Amino acid sequence: MLDVAVAYNRFKFLGDEFLTWLWFIIANDPEYLKNLSPDLSFLEIGNRIVLENRHHQTVENITIKGDDANLEEGILALRKGAVVIEMNLCFKSGDQEWRFTIKGESLNISSFKTPFSGPIETAEDVEGAVIEKVYLYDQAIQLVDNLFKNFMKIRISNHWQNKVIPLIKKWIYT
Amino acid sequence: MGLLSSSVSITRYRVKDYLEEPVIETVAAALKQNSISEIDDHASEITAGWTSFNNPYQPNFEGSSFVFGTYLVFSLRIDKKSIPSKIIQKYYTIEMAKKLEATGRRYLSKSEKEMIKDHVINVLSLRIPATPNIYDVLWNYEGESLWFFSNLKAANQELESLFSKSLKLTLIRLFPYTTAQLTAELSDSELDVLAKLTPTKFTE
Repeated sequence: MLDVAVAYNRFKFLGDEFLTWLWFIIANDPEYLKNLSPDLSFLEIGNRIVLENRHHQTVENITIKGDDANLEEGILALRKGAVVIEMNLCFKSGDQEWRFTIKGESLNISSFKTPFSGPIETAEDVEGAVIEKVYLYDQAIQLVDNLFKNFMKIRISNHWQNKVIPLIKKWIYT
Repeated sequence: MGLLSSSVSITRYRVKDYLEEPVIETVAAALKQNSISEIDDHASEITAGWTSFNNPYQPNFEGSSFVFGTYLVFSLRIDKKSIPSKIIQKYYTIEMAKKLEATGRRYLSKSEKEMIKDHVINVLSLRIPATPNIYDVLWNYEGESLWFFSNLKAANQELESLFSKSLKLTLIRLFPYTTAQLTAELSDSELDVLAKLTPTKFTE
């Protein structure tokens, strides 16, 4: 097994490619997401997306923020060779909504907001509240894991080079 | 940001290996042995240890107080004394002036200045209480997974080190490579392909 620090740095591109692919899927193939997770009623880019373009020794970051922000700048950055390094996602199932940000290089989750869970009124309520909250976190985490698993299956197959990359390029350049 | 906060950060880990049975008692003993100790009356500037999720200022791991359903829930507490640099500068200047007056000299050597500064920091550390930072830990023992409610590098490093020291178990952080390797259900031949992957160019 590779040394942890080496593996982290050498393969952090996988997380960035995962987020770039996920944007492509959200924009072009919502049916794919529906098949992957039947309970999913909505998955969209949230209020923040960060792209990074590495040219030789220089690194350029492009951040698009705000609800309903125009993502054209992001597509332009992709055309120039950038990849998505951080993405806020909004996920809905029924009338419940989750929001969270994933960082490509670490797959760390931040600004993680779940649907409302019951209030804690007495000390006896804490255990139930924790279990309910953990269940809600797990819904979103399972979705991310499922998406990443599917991405990896495609990424290591010939399908990635032969089919997916040409489609992503077509999306970026049209 | 605690587990029950309205907005949280999570770093995920896979827990390698298993504990001696009975697991709950083994974990309780390990948490108790490495629980946070107060440093308010000591010169130490920083300390870290386990504390209770329910009562982070009075750790108690008796019974199964940290067992919530199928999860083990506790917290990492890092107490740190932050002495403002301007306060250090003030007392350092006063102490240097006293030393010069007492010795009748015009200058102090570099080592004397360092000794005075260390002394000032030690004295101030005894007077300034430590600021506690609490990070929740949720461990699904059966599922071999652990969630740490912080993305801060220093806090994650402290968790990894204290967990290993306390429980003699290794935490494997789940980042893209380890997530692919440990959770994506790849076959041996797919893992070989994974190890040889190189970045994709999306541009024409």
